[in-house]
Amino acid sequence: MVVEVKLFATFREGRFNERELELPEESSLSDLLKYLKIPEKDAKIIIVNGLATSVEHKLSNHDVIAIFPPIAGG
Amino acid sequence: MAGYSGKFLRINLSTGQIDQENLDIELAMKFIGGRGLAAYLLAQEIEPETEPLGPANKIIFATGPLTGSQAPTGGRYMVVTKSPLTGTIASSNSGGFWGTELKRAGYDLIIVEGKSDKPCYIYINDNTVQIKDAKKYWGKLVSETTDLLLQETGDSKARVLTIGPAGEKLALLACVMNDKYRAAGRSGVGAVMGSKGLKAIVVRGTGKLSSARDDETKKVLTNIRKKIRENDVTGKGLPTYGTSVLVNLINESGIYPTNNFQGAYFETADKTSGETLADKYLVKNVACFGCPIACGRYSRVDDVEGEGPEYETVWAYGADCGVDDLVAIIKANKWCNEYGLDTISAGATIACAMEMYEKGVIDSDEIDGPALKFGSGEAIVEWTRKMGAGEGFGAKLALGSYRLAEEYGVPELSMSVKKLELPAYDPRGVQGHGLQYATSNRGGCHVRGYMIAPEILGLPEKLDPSSIEGKAVWVKTFQDLTAVIDSLGLCLFTSFALGPDDYKDMFNAIVGQDWTTEALLEAGERIWNIERMFNLKAGISPEEDKLPRRLLTEPIPKGPCKGHVHRLPELLPEYYKERGWNEQGLPTEAKLIQLDIA
Ligand code: SF4
Repeated sequence: MVVEVKLFATFREGRFNERELELPEESSLSDLLKYLKIPEKDAKIIIVNGLATSVEHKLSNHDVIAIFPPIAGG
Repeated sequence: MAGYSGKFLRINLSTGQIDQENLDIELAMKFIGGRGLAAYLLAQEIEPETEPLGPANKIIFATGPLTGSQAPTGGRYMVVTKSPLTGTIASSNSGGFWGTELKRAGYDLIIVEGKSDKPCYIYINDNTVQIKDAKKYWGKLVSETTDLLLQETGDSKARVLTIGPAGEKLALLACVMNDKYRAAGRSGVGAVMGSKGLKAIVVRGTGKLSSARDDETKKVLTNIRKKIRENDVTGKGLPTYGTSVLVNLINESGIYPTNNFQGAYFETADKTSGETLADKYLVKNVACFGCPIACGRYSRVDDVEGEGPEYETVWAYGADCGVDDLVAIIKANKWCNEYGLDTISAGATIACAMEMYEKGVIDSDEIDGPALKFGSGEAIVEWTRKMGAGEGFGAKLALGSYRLAEEYGVPELSMSVKKLELPAYDPRGVQGHGLQYATSNRGGCHVRGYMIAPEILGLPEKLDPSSIEGKAVWVKTFQDLTAVIDSLGLCLFTSFALGPDDYKDMFNAIVGQDWTTEALLEAGERIWNIERMFNLKAGISPEEDKLPRRLLTEPIPKGPCKGHVHRLPELLPEYYKERGWNEQGLPTEAKLIQLDIA
């Protein structure tokens, strides 16, 4: 399946800002993080198609995934 | 007594009288200090119906018991007065170094009364306090005023708080600036200074501030610093990218208001994000007094340099005006800092004017500047300058979006609560945060109870932003805790890493008390209720606990929160109940007795 992955803040360093990735069917977010070499504990906020979700989430074709390290502001 | 200087200044600009008065410490502690104590004093000393820009209004500059202490971020102070923008109590918070300097000079707060018949400034050098002529500074921008005042007083270590030309011209969006770049931004507090003919307050203090229990303080603060350092947000996220690292997250969450809240997802948000700022224009990080977080950004573009822009500014001038040109945003931010304008309200008012212009409510013949079109970088820069200078149509904008939209018969286009422009989160996709906007004592504000923390950032735990369940309790708790933090003299950003017990520990060690966490939070609730009572007496009725109609009836058109509206009518009754108020939103006698403010 093909998903769109957007990375933010420090996750961009040495990776990319935004990219389409081809993943094996049935991949979970956890598999995606392994592929990206982002430790699960560092991926504090993951948004799939606009909804915050957890690493167990199973991905679907054309999902848009945004991954953030812990950040805040105001 | 440690934590409190025990003295304050009362300066009457009509008579020139300067008095040093003793602070009733017991009373001060009942309201903690800072925001809380100043709210109490204001409510005691002015009639709630007082004309905000008349001589009977007072303006209080107040530090908290931890201002100037070794507690991390302990450099904050509050400006408390009756707001000319909203008619509510105003309490605007700022960092930098000025608050600490005032405390070192030996004062917990300054109450300024009356009105000078010519421009003046106040110079405080420890025990020597003078009212001096400021004619030559009137009309000058903030950075030049600051430099010239430091020259005149001959003390480069003094700290300067000043208004810019916007405050002098009574722009209702005028802020108070200190240390050149830090702003007590909201509610038009700069116009109150301007109305009194008060350009600036220069302070130099050489006193040493101690804590009541040295060993305990050392132990507590070591632990607190460790928590701040090891927390991912305060130890890494904020220092690395500053506040505008939020741009992408809030946008991806579908609650990033665009074009005056007509939408909530900005396609090109990343062009204005903290990541882009760091990449292209960041010169260095900057910190307020005693702050290990250092979220401040110093940026440079062309011949414009200075601190900022912060997340809120990037949004107000960016997505809210449909602008993705970070250079224009940096320039507009610079004009705000120089003229002394609240960046949130100024940007949001331009956004409102853009919608009015595009809908044909404002005619192109009426305006003496660039077309007010969404997406125009030129418009945000030039209209900000004109607002600051009070020039032509800019003078109208400088009165804020509500007065502008009302004048043209479309008040519903002002995205404000109690006439204060809403900040950078669309409440349609964050229900708790929307409740907090509607009930904030100073109007549309995000820092009276930052529900974005639990609803979006997952701090201290993750709540579903679209659910209304349990939100009223959360909002009340966050509002009361924030009142505590503001009144102590600490930065709200510490709350990303610290909990209520940590604030209690710092307060007890430094002031030498044995308060429980419950007692501290009850003081926060007391402060909240004192502010509410002030507003009610000032004629701000509970009907004003509302949101702009658009946010209740027009669903978000696209993006992750497509279809959502805010569910305030369902939330408000529960909130009033949690607060111990009656169904009409009035604090009950029993609640006021419980809080000892009946
Ligand atoms: S966290 Fe930022 S705003 Fe708060 S005190 Fe530190 S530098 Fe100032």
